Amino acid sequence: MKWDEFFVTGDPLIYGADVSIAITMLGIVFFLTYFKKWKWLWTEWLTTVDHKKIGIMYIISAILMLFRGGVDALLMRTQLAVPEMEFLDSQKYNEIFTTHGTIMIIFMAMPFLIGLINVVVPLQIGARDVAYPYLNAVSFWTFFIGAMLFNISFVIGGSPSAGWTSYMPLASNELSPGPGQNYYLLGLQISGIGTLLTGINFMVTIFKMRAPGMTLFRMPMFTWSALVTMAIIIFAFPILTVALALMTFDRLFGSHFFTLQGEGMDMLWANLFWLWGHPEVYIVILPAFGIFSEIIATFSKKTLFGYKAMVWSMVLIAAYSFLVWVHHFFTMGSGALVNSFFSVTTMLIGVPTGVKIFNWLFTMRKGQIEFSTPMLWSLGFIVNFVIGGVTGVMLAMAAANYQYHNTYFLVAHFHYVLIAGTVFACFAGLVYWYPKMFGHKLNERIGKWVFWLFTIGFNICFFPQYFLGLDGMPRRIYTYSEESGWGPLNMISTVGGFMMGIAFLVLVYNIYYSFRYEPREKTGDAWNGRTLEWSTPSAMPPFYNFAKIPVVKGLDHFWNEKQNKEIKPLTTQDLQKIHMPNNSGVPFVMASFFFVSGFGLVFEWYWMAIIGLIGVLATLVIRSFDYNNGYYVSVEEIKETENITK
Amino acid sequence: MAQSKVRDLNTPMEYQSETGRLNILGFWLFLGAEIALFSTLFATYMVLMDRTADGPALGELFEVKGLLIQTFLLLTSSFTCGLAIHEMRRYNVKGLFFWMITTILLGLGFLGFEIYEFFVYIHEGANIGTSAAWSAFFVLVGTHGLHVTLGIGWIILILIQVAKRGLTPQTTAKVFISSLYWHFLDVVWIFLFTAVYLMGMVMQHG
Repeated sequence: MKWDEFFVTGDPLIYGADVSIAITMLGIVFFLTYFKKWKWLWTEWLTTVDHKKIGIMYIISAILMLFRGGVDALLMRTQLAVPEMEFLDSQKYNEIFTTHGTIMIIFMAMPFLIGLINVVVPLQIGARDVAYPYLNAVSFWTFFIGAMLFNISFVIGGSPSAGWTSYMPLASNELSPGPGQNYYLLGLQISGIGTLLTGINFMVTIFKMRAPGMTLFRMPMFTWSALVTMAIIIFAFPILTVALALMTFDRLFGSHFFTLQGEGMDMLWANLFWLWGHPEVYIVILPAFGIFSEIIATFSKKTLFGYKAMVWSMVLIAAYSFLVWVHHFFTMGSGALVNSFFSVTTMLIGVPTGVKIFNWLFTMRKGQIEFSTPMLWSLGFIVNFVIGGVTGVMLAMAAANYQYHNTYFLVAHFHYVLIAGTVFACFAGLVYWYPKMFGHKLNERIGKWVFWLFTIGFNICFFPQYFLGLDGMPRRIYTYSEESGWGPLNMISTVGGFMMGIAFLVLVYNIYYSFRYEPREKTGDAWNGRTLEWSTPSAMPPFYNFAKIPVVKGLDHFWNEKQNKEIKPLTTQDLQKIHMPNNSGVPFVMASFFFVSGFGLVFEWYWMAIIGLIGVLATLVIRSFDYNNGYYVSVEEIKETENITK
Repeated sequence: MAQSKVRDLNTPMEYQSETGRLNILGFWLFLGAEIALFSTLFATYMVLMDRTADGPALGELFEVKGLLIQTFLLLTSSFTCGLAIHEMRRYNVKGLFFWMITTILLGLGFLGFEIYEFFVYIHEGANIGTSAAWSAFFVLVGTHGLHVTLGIGWIILILIQVAKRGLTPQTTAKVFISSLYWHFLDVVWIFLFTAVYLMGMVMQHG
């Protein structure tokens, strides 16, 4: 292989990316060296097993990926702004919509939510960490390395171009030659390991680490949503693992699972992909429901309406999520009976979702509503998500689906549910729990600007796409003719897209501005909250979270304590030494070996893949022989941290 | 976290520490994920088993004798693994070692037969690239074989730790978890034996 096959060449965009990557890298190295931060980076972050820090790293990575995926989106919108545009060629366009979709779902939405779950759930259940802190670090680093492996495809070897669904035979060696598709397979495989481990970790955490008195039905709704999501992860992700492995075998070792030769079955891939892919949709929406439930209750100053109905509808959604996958390809030709079945299950899944919408509305009814930024995002969610949901039911009707499947109608639908659902929730959760993570709020004034810019931009961008779709514009085309008449609506859509881009920049500016100027929180209760994460005396909880584990007496325990004036400051008698886990650099090293192995497989350099795998096994053995059981935090240290004088 | 509190003497040692209890529950959940993984592979196999293209049909090459020996070896190893845990709970380290090493040897015997079987098939012109059916066969059976291989390596590592540290709440939890894994592989084999080999041969001849 020559160097110009290894590096992607010959395109100004790529050279621009090369330069910006090099400058960013140099900038980071310079910053760390100049401010002597290397050791800080290693001891505070790269080796940490603290769930709050891991959560923050997840969120930072997700925001970076949101930027990358967002740039992809704007490149596409630029290409489609006017008919016969000559900005991207078809191959580049294919690559960009593939990386956009994959990055937004796998490396943005999921890690953003998992990041919030990491920060918040142990605090909400009154725990000092997750069940397996070390495994949590492994989860993060395998996700991060998988994301990096996928991202370098842009400048090294070429990006995948078969769509985020990677349908066969399009994704086969014959039609997608080169390493691009391998990046997809290996990047997702490696980060999938992390997701599965997160699933197991948080399920055990929620089942076993709750504070005394916190029964399952006293858990905050966000914790419930996390629990149900983890159950979906545990049963859905192995399906993706297998599907990716089988396609990897097809591409690297000549097997015939999905190929046209050897009587392989291409639609088997589509089935396996969506058997994972549809539950995946609920993996990224249920935590969003949880976030909105917390925020709406807090800013309506009322207990969540219909708590049990909320829980059971989530459980029902989780069960249904495994029974609807065929609606992604009604046109496969499975016949009327099969299509009817999946049409009905798809419409049924709208019922528990509707129940939740009404519960949120009734939570607000007669509440003292405070229009804070997180609340604005939640209200925006209800309106926009319903539009996405209703068009979803339209798509669920199999017969009608034949008309508008694979058009911009579908594109508009899933952006309405994924952006108005998941992305709004990520922003809402970020603003809401920001003081818990960083000790100060994000500026509310700028935050409201972000909300309005983004929400209006979002509607300008995607609402016209419903009509483009009904007018017959297919998805995934890189250009269209003047005569089609799709020009004006596409132009409007592009303008909206750039408004969303500007909103993102304002959000980033707000992070900087608030860091500089926003007043620091003096208590742990920034929003007059209801749940345990707000009960810590300091704005940012210390690494052990709770000096004294709370005893929970009911739903919204912290709120009730405040109402009844039952909160007493801690005294020395309350304190006992606290057991905490040690930091470890092994997860980072293990993930690095995964990278070596994955990179080797992408280019079919098997010696390299084997070296990487041996490294991974070695780190597993090292861990197995490590009997370091953590350490105790002394009462004196807790007293000092908590400023306890008595 | 890892505070170890002894509950009472009737609680098996692996359940006495908080870490032990958490790890055992987590491993059960992991086995749930493994069930999903193997289910996907089985489903794939069922879909593709008749799609043999120009290659031989699956049942044509299966050999009853080797299969029965394999099955016997693996089922027995599950039994000896159970005996090992029984000895562990009687705090009999020697008994634990004897039965665990027996388990490993039986597992190695099983693997030997499987590798030999694969070589025979490849020799007779059926490999992973022959047809969709053979791809599914090799990946399904091979994934089980890979699990057995990793299981053997893992149990050896744990036995070394028991030799160094004796029976503690931590080491016993590890032994117990590895035994769960081993029994799980046995269960998967029963399904493999039925769905792949028995069905393959019955559909071929009957």
